[in-house]
Order: sequence, then structure tokens, then C-alpha cells
Amino acid sequence: MRVSFNWLKEYVDIDVSPAALAESLTLAGLAVEGMEEPGKEIEKVFTGKILKIDTHPNADKLVICQVSLGGEEQTQIVTGATNVREGQMVPVAVVGAKLVGGLTIKKAKLRGVESRGMLCSGAELGLDPDILPEDQQHGIMILSADTPVGVDVKPLLGLDDVIMELELTPNRGDCMSMLGVAREVAALLQNPLKMPAVQLSAVPPGPQDQVQVDIDDADLCRRYVARLLKNVKIGPSPAWMQHWLRAAGVRPINNVVDVTNYVMMEMGQPMHAFDYDKLQDGHIIVRRAAPGETIISLDKAERKLIPDMLVITDSVGPVAVAGVMGGLDSEVTEDTTAVLLESAYFKPISVRRTSRDLGLRSESSSRFEKGIDLTGCLQAADRAAALLQEMGAADTVDLVVDNYPEPAVEKTVLLRPDRVNQFLDTDLTTAEISRLLIRLHFKVQEDHNGLLVHVPGYRPDISIEVDLIEEVARLYGYNHVKNTLPTGVITQGLRTEAQRLALNVKDFLARSGFEEVITYSFVNTRVFDRVRLPKEHRYRNVVQLQNPLSEEQAVMRTLLFPGLLEVHQRNSNRRLKDGAVFELGRVFYPRAGEILPKEVPMLAAAVTGSTPGSWNIQPVPMDFYYLKGCLDTLLAYVGVKDVSYRPAADIFGSHPGRTAIVLAGDVELGVIGELHPDVQESYDLTQRVAAMELNFHRLLQVSSTSKKYQPLPKFPGVERDLAVVVRQDIPSQQIIDKIYQHGGDILRDVQVFDIYCGAQFASGQHSMAFALKFQAVDRTLTDEEVAYKTDAIMEALQRDFGAILRK
Amino acid sequence: MQDKLKNILLEANQVLSGASDLEELNDIRVRFLGKKGLLTGVLRGMGALSAEERPVVGQLANEVRSKIEEVLERRTVEIKEKLRGVQLEAERIDVTLPGTAFMRGHRHPLSVIQEEIEDIFLGMGYTIEEGPEIETDFYNFEALNLPKDHPARDMQDSFFINPEVLLRTHTSPVQVRTMERTAPGLPVRIIAPGRVYRRDDDATHSPMFNQVEGLVVDRRVTFADLKGTLQVFVEKMFGHTTKTRFRSSFFPFTEPSAEVDISCVMCGGQGCRVCSHSGWLEILGCGMVHPRVLEVSGYNPEEVTGFAFGMGVERITMLKYGIDDLRLLFENDLRFLAQF
Repeated sequence: MRVSFNWLKEYVDIDVSPAALAESLTLAGLAVEGMEEPGKEIEKVFTGKILKIDTHPNADKLVICQVSLGGEEQTQIVTGATNVREGQMVPVAVVGAKLVGGLTIKKAKLRGVESRGMLCSGAELGLDPDILPEDQQHGIMILSADTPVGVDVKPLLGLDDVIMELELTPNRGDCMSMLGVAREVAALLQNPLKMPAVQLSAVPPGPQDQVQVDIDDADLCRRYVARLLKNVKIGPSPAWMQHWLRAAGVRPINNVVDVTNYVMMEMGQPMHAFDYDKLQDGHIIVRRAAPGETIISLDKAERKLIPDMLVITDSVGPVAVAGVMGGLDSEVTEDTTAVLLESAYFKPISVRRTSRDLGLRSESSSRFEKGIDLTGCLQAADRAAALLQEMGAADTVDLVVDNYPEPAVEKTVLLRPDRVNQFLDTDLTTAEISRLLIRLHFKVQEDHNGLLVHVPGYRPDISIEVDLIEEVARLYGYNHVKNTLPTGVITQGLRTEAQRLALNVKDFLARSGFEEVITYSFVNTRVFDRVRLPKEHRYRNVVQLQNPLSEEQAVMRTLLFPGLLEVHQRNSNRRLKDGAVFELGRVFYPRAGEILPKEVPMLAAAVTGSTPGSWNIQPVPMDFYYLKGCLDTLLAYVGVKDVSYRPAADIFGSHPGRTAIVLAGDVELGVIGELHPDVQESYDLTQRVAAMELNFHRLLQVSSTSKKYQPLPKFPGVERDLAVVVRQDIPSQQIIDKIYQHGGDILRDVQVFDIYCGAQFASGQHSMAFALKFQAVDRTLTDEEVAYKTDAIMEALQRDFGAILRK
Repeated sequence: MQDKLKNILLEANQVLSGASDLEELNDIRVRFLGKKGLLTGVLRGMGALSAEERPVVGQLANEVRSKIEEVLERRTVEIKEKLRGVQLEAERIDVTLPGTAFMRGHRHPLSVIQEEIEDIFLGMGYTIEEGPEIETDFYNFEALNLPKDHPARDMQDSFFINPEVLLRTHTSPVQVRTMERTAPGLPVRIIAPGRVYRRDDDATHSPMFNQVEGLVVDRRVTFADLKGTLQVFVEKMFGHTTKTRFRSSFFPFTEPSAEVDISCVMCGGQGCRVCSHSGWLEILGCGMVHPRVLEVSGYNPEEVTGFAFGMGVERITMLKYGIDDLRLLFENDLRFLAQF
């Protein structure tokens, strides 16, 4: 909502600066988002009369104008404009004048002829051509003939104004009007509100004059006022009205249309003017559209109407879409001589739906949508009629129909002063509260229960006590309310186990070289093909968005790691080829028979390339083993026991020989593996990628923060190395398990310390060396005991795996 | 014989002062003091001496031995020191070379700031609640006093799954879900961080972003409590010199409603590009819980009151770190992430 400071002053005295007023309004809930001074840069531009126009001796496209600036003063100006004529009044920028964009006017010679100034167009004066009347949109701005000569154009063109841009909240439809804003200003500044005086002297209707209004669908139209005006003389509206409409962002059209817009801007009541002679029988019917009905709206487009839309018809067919836009056929034109003014109340939801369905938003619909003043329709019609009458543009006929099936009942709301103080922690007296409400133009009655507050029709947003508490609070000033902290029972602010685990995991990974990323929860279904997800795989069963912004964000993700691959791809395109990233976020699975999908938190990580290395350290490839090492350490850190990895050759998207299921005991935590080379290529990645994706719920289930102290060994341990030659396809884990199985209680630890393939071994065989540590809690072990165990281990390895002891 | 001893001492002193390493010193010790050394050789001849001479020579021999030992000891220390000095000189390194590289990663800035926000409220006795990111119309709108066709729904253009299910447009549904569970228990003090979604994608809007919701319900919760709580939050988050102001606003689920501005963290309130020359930055919306929301959630609004607030994690993160482009937060450029 654009509010002209000058116009506002019509309704309330403003004794503070525009900036101070803007701050008060902003704090009170009418946020001033911007201030504009359209004529700020303009200096020394005066009205001038073109006395004489001569051709230019050296240029066909230029003319020489002799311009009077009042009194004896006369000046010569060369212009290229084609719309200037002798006798016209125009804005003249004299030598030394300043125009929009910092342009300064200097004395000049144009093709050898002296020019001492410039004739101005609207745009050069900072006026938006789109909201100028049509005949002023091009060329030099031609002012009306009765403009005085030699006066500053700034007040004349409304360029001495300040425009405030208000960002209104949806509850304050009443402030989509100058009077609504003025009421707020009056309340804030404690100055009286000056209502415009409406004086009507109506002429009696003629015998042919008839107006009938039938409301067929009263559920969508609560009131319809129709007022007849005759002897209409269509012409431009007065300059002051045009300035103010322009300030409000509305283009002046003609006196009748301008008055309807002016009253809408002033009072918040949208109005429509029909050419009375084009309405069949002067009969207005308000009803839902019939199936298949159409209308050609003012913007010359044919609109298909559906039966939920409310239309205004005459006895033949639709003449307007209620509250949204008028019809072309009954439009007021230059030939119009009688006008029927509509001032109605259409139901907000109906207008909202209709304007949405037609894709038509207008100043009118945006006001109806928020709810206008049901009680003000007649006054608005009268105000419009009076304005036209004052302007000499029409005679008001003493013929007004006010179809108002169910007049509004004045709302009263009880406000308990105790409740106000309880909410705000204030000590306001009943009288103080009452005064605040009265300043806001509520009528207040004291009653033994509290204050009975009468709600004016223009405040449909006020219906319960707390609405009034807010009114009191915002006028009292939020910033005058104390700052305290809640009292009462002490509560413990603690993270849950899951929240702590999430934080621990994130911190651990970040400290271990991983960058945390945040990717969108919605993805393109194409990612499933990119990661080679089989056609019927359950992860392709997705939650779909009905109205995505693009295909890229069309479905909710069921997997996290493709997002991480995209992160690597994007970084790789920026020549960041090495990296380790992770994300902790949710995936979404549809659930049959449930309204809401299942949301599961997942932890995913993806690494590619190598660690940075430096002058004294070789880079380490970030491959399967790198990621597995990180995961092992992470799992140990969060207290997961019995971790094992089961080779898995058939996991989609991953390298069949480099992928494993991660287990904690029997619980499957997720998958870790290197990407299938095809997948890696589909993300344009040139180096191997290892990724993992774990179910965070399950991780939580198997993690533990409890720790138990183990006594330190009192007796020395014995270390033995064991190197065996075995088949390469036997997983090391199986061999280690076997070693433990036969090592007994005294075998404390087994580590692989070397793997060696050499020509000396048969094909498919390699050597694996293990470091075994034996230790007993109660004695020093003897060599015989240890030898006995190692022999037993070797025997088992030989028997079960065909292993040969390597000497 | 006495002369012999004196000569031994003389010679020993001579060779000791000429010795340059520990090995040489050891040879000297063996040569003079060893079992087959010069001193022992002389003493072996003691038997030929008279009874008067013997103690004198014996004493002299002991003196010579201890003198040699003394010098030997001194020379050992000297040579060790010298050798250590040579070693240290040889071991000199360029301490300005970079240290051995440790790979470290970083938490995402949004995650860091979210944790900071959480910690401030945990410290004030709040717990952290979570709710679904895909919500029903009831929890996202209806229960929050946003009936169908309410114009305020326009403020939050939504992604729908079907007419009744959508991606939550704010974290406020967690208020209702929490109260439904806790009612009529008191007090309720929670925050609810999480992802939210709106159909908006331009330089200043991301279709997915993060909010932290807050809710306090108790018997005597006031608007002053709301103000004080948020004042504490702002001071902890942005520093104790940061000023706050409360502006009247509108949210369907709170009343009175307010928007909170802080003095601009870039210019200190003088006015700059970041604050559009107003000196103030809007950082969150809040208000007293609307009685209808309390009622729907199972509390009697005549008996309890509450306040709620909601803030955008992106906004606060950008202000805290001086990030001027929202999109950076979702591009996951490693060079960007490594800065936090």
C-alpha cells in the first residue's frame, strides 16, 4: 500500500517528520518498507507557456520555442519534441535546473541556435509513465490550460510529496485505505481524525429511471448498494485527484473511474461504475455464474466462468465478475451519460477463490479478500456521488437501492483489564486501557465484568478478547513492556540420547577430515538411474510432490548418498577433485495405509581422491579402506560393539568386489563400498569414490555411552607372529575368527600386519602375516603354553583353509 | 720412584688435555689407571721400598690417581658437551616449514549455528523436540488457526504431496504435536529445530531452509517473559551490546504477535546496505500462543498462557558470519565449508 504523506494530511494533522511517523507506524504493526520522494532531485522547473514555435534553420527535427515564464520573462528553448503547440502550458527546466538522475540544465547551442532550458516529459520529472494519463505518456508533458504561468511544478504535479510503502499484515485490510492509515496515525500521534464531509443534493428520478437489485446468492454477497448518477460529463478528473491517485500507484483515466478509485483508496470500499444505459432494465442480479457462462472483462479478455464464481448480471447476462473486474460491455466510455455506482460487500473467500481461479488480481479483489467494512457501503456510494457532483461531472439522482438482507450486528467484545495486565505483565488501570482503546476509535463501555468494547465494522479482525489485548499492547508500545524471564518449576535442558549421538557423530566426522554438507531433501527421479537402482527396487517408491518447482526437486529422497555424489561432482567441476563429505538427514518412504510417510534419519559419507599430503607426508588414497577405517573408529567412539563386515556383491550402484554390509552383532547398520565405475563415471568423477550410508536409528540402538574399566594386565604378554600362505579369496575376517577360536582365553589380540603376493606362491594364493598377543590375567605365560596354542591355531588353519605355515 | 709418579701425572695431564673424543679418554684411562696401567706398574715396585718410604710413596700414588681421575672426569664432561653441541648444530631444521598435515573437516555453518541456538535454550531449561518434515494440513495450518482459504496461507506457499499432506512450511506444527502429548502437564519449554520448505526459489529464498521454533507454556507466562527470553537469546547470540526492538506484527497462531529486530550487526545501527539503511535487522517472529491453538492442543487458555517464537537459521548464520549470498549455504563448495 502506497501512502502519500500529503494526501494523508487531509485526514489527520501530522506534526512529526515523515521518518518519525514511519518509525511509529512500523512499531505499531504497519511496517513502512520504503520511503520515496519522487521530486527529491527536481529543482527549478516552472510552468511555462509556449508563445511561439519556429522551425530550426539547420535541423528538420528540431523546433525553436519562445516560452513565457510569467511576467516579462521569456526564454528560448530548442526541442525535438513533436507534441508541442503554441499556447500550451508545459514544465520548463530553466538554466541551472536539476532533473531526475542528477541531470543539470545548462545553456546550450543546438545546431547553432541558443537554447536556455528544456521542456520536460513526465519521465524527466520522475513520473512513472505507466500511471500517467494516456495523453501524457509520450513526449513533453502538456499541462492543463488553466495552469498558472511561472509557478514551481513540484506542488503542481505532486512532486513535493513523500510516499510511504506500507507492508500490511493480512489481518489489517482496513489499512488498505487512506482513512484506515489515518486512523492509526491519529491514534499514534493523538491527533483528531478529520472525516471528509459528504454533502449530497439529489435530483428527483425521471420516469424512465429505475434501479432494481436482486441478490440471489446472499451467502456470497451480504450487501449491494446501487446509486444512479445522470447528466454525466466524462472528462479528466481534477489535477489534485490525479496526483493522489498517481501517488497511490493508480493511473488516472476519467473523472468517473477516477472517483471510484479515489473512494476505494480513501475508504477502502472497492467500487464499480456501470454505464447505466448499457445495463438491461437497470436490473442488477447478483448470483453464481451459470455453467458455461463467459464474460469479456475490461482488459478485453474472454473469461470462462465456473458456477462457484459470483457474477453481477443485468437481465440479460454477466456484466461484472463480483469484486474482481468489470465487463467490457458496460464499461464507462467517453459517451457515457448515466452511471450506476456499485458499492457492495462480497464474501472474502469467494473473491479470493475467483480471483485465483481467473488469475486476476486487482486493487478491488485484494481488498474484498481481506474483508471490507460491511457497514460502510452506502457512505462510500454517497461519497463518490458527492465528489462527482462537486466536480460538476454528474447529478446525483435520488434513487439508491441498498439491498442488505442481513444487516451487520455490532460486535462487542469483553475485555478484562486483569487479563491485559496478566498477559503483558503491566499495571494498567481500567481507565488507561479504556483510553488506549478510545484512541484507536473503539467505543468502550465499563461493565462489572470489565470493558465492553464495540468493534467498528472496518475491524473484522477483532472478535475475541486477545485481539483487543494486542490492540492495547501495540498502542501502549511493545517496547514499554518489561523484559523478564519465565518463573516457575526449574526444568532440565538436556539433549536426548539420539540428539547427543547425532552431535557426537557430526563432531567426530568433522574432526576426522569430513566436511558436513546440507543437500536438498527433494531430488530428481533421474538419480535412481544414475546410481543404477533396479527398476523395481523399493527405493523407487517415492513421496512425490504435487507442485514441485522443477523436475530437479520433484520427489523426496529415499537415499542420501546420491546427494553427496552430486556435491563431489560440483566440486570436481570447480577443480576440487579430492574430498570427504558427510550428511546426517532424513529420507522418506511412503507407507501404505498411513497418511504420513516414514521419515528415517540416515548418515551418509562419500570420499574421493586422496588426503592432501605435504612435503613430508605422502597423500593417502581415500578408498574403501580409508572410509572403513574412519567408520571403525567412529563406531568404536560411539560405543558400538561386535562390528563386522559382510562382503556383498549385489548392492546396486556399488563395486561388486568392494562392498560390504556393516553389522553390529546381528543388526544391519548399512552399506559401505566403492562405487561401481559406471556410477562414478555418471557423476563425471575421475577418481575412485567410496561411500557409506547407515541407518541412524539402528546406530542409536547399538551405540552405548556406558564404559567399564578393565584392570591393567599385571603379567607380561607374549607376542608371536604367524605368517601363512592361503587362498586369496578367503576373507581375512574368517581367518582371524578361526585364530581367536583356537587361541583360547589367553589370546588377547590378533592384527594383520602384512599381506604379500609373490611369484613364489601358487596362483590364487598369498601370504598373510598376523601379530598375535597372548596374555593371562593371573600368571606369566610359559613358552610351552603359547606354543601349544599357536600349534593348535596353525593346525586349524591348515585343516579348514588349507593354509601353509610360511617359514 | 716419586719422580716416576710425578712424571706419570705430568704425562697424563698432557695427553688428557690433547684428547678429543671419549674413546681417546678411555684409552688414556686404561693406559694410566688400568690394571695393567702405568700407575699400577709403579705401585708394583713398592715392595722394594723401605718401611718409611712406603707410606709416603703410597700417599703420593693415591694423590696422583685422584688427580688423574679428576682431570679425566672434567675432560669427559667437556668432550660430551662439545659433542652434544656438534650434534645439535647438525640437527638444526627449518622450523618455518609447515607441520605434518592433519586432515580436518568442518561442520556446516548452519549446523554450527543451530547448535549454538540450541545450547542457549538448553541453558535456559528447554528441551529439543523434533517433528515430521512432511506434515498434515491439520498440524501445519488448521491447528495453528490457519483455516482453509485464510489469506495468511498466501504468506507460505507450500509444496503439496496431496491436498491434505504437505512439506511443512514452518516448524510450528511441532508446537501442537508437543502440546498434544504433554497436555495438561506443565511447564512446556521446548525448542524445535528442523528443515522447512516453501515454494520460493530466488536470490534471497531457498525452497528448503531451517528454522528453530520455541514454545513455553505455563500458568503465568507473559509477554514480558517472551521479551526477556528473546533479549537473552539475542545478547548471547550477537553480543551484549546488541539492541533489540519488538514490532507489532501478525501471525495467525500467536496474539499479540511481534517481529524482533536487532541493531544491525554490520554497522551497529548507523545504517548500511545490509540493513537497508534502517539500522535494524529483522531476525525472528514471535508472540503469545493464540488461545485457539492452546485449546486445540489440549490446554485451557483461561488457565495457562504461553509464548512461541520462530527464527530462520539461515538468516542468523548469514548475519553471524557475514555471508552475503544465501545460495552459498546449499552449494556445498568445499572452499566455503572449510571456512567454518
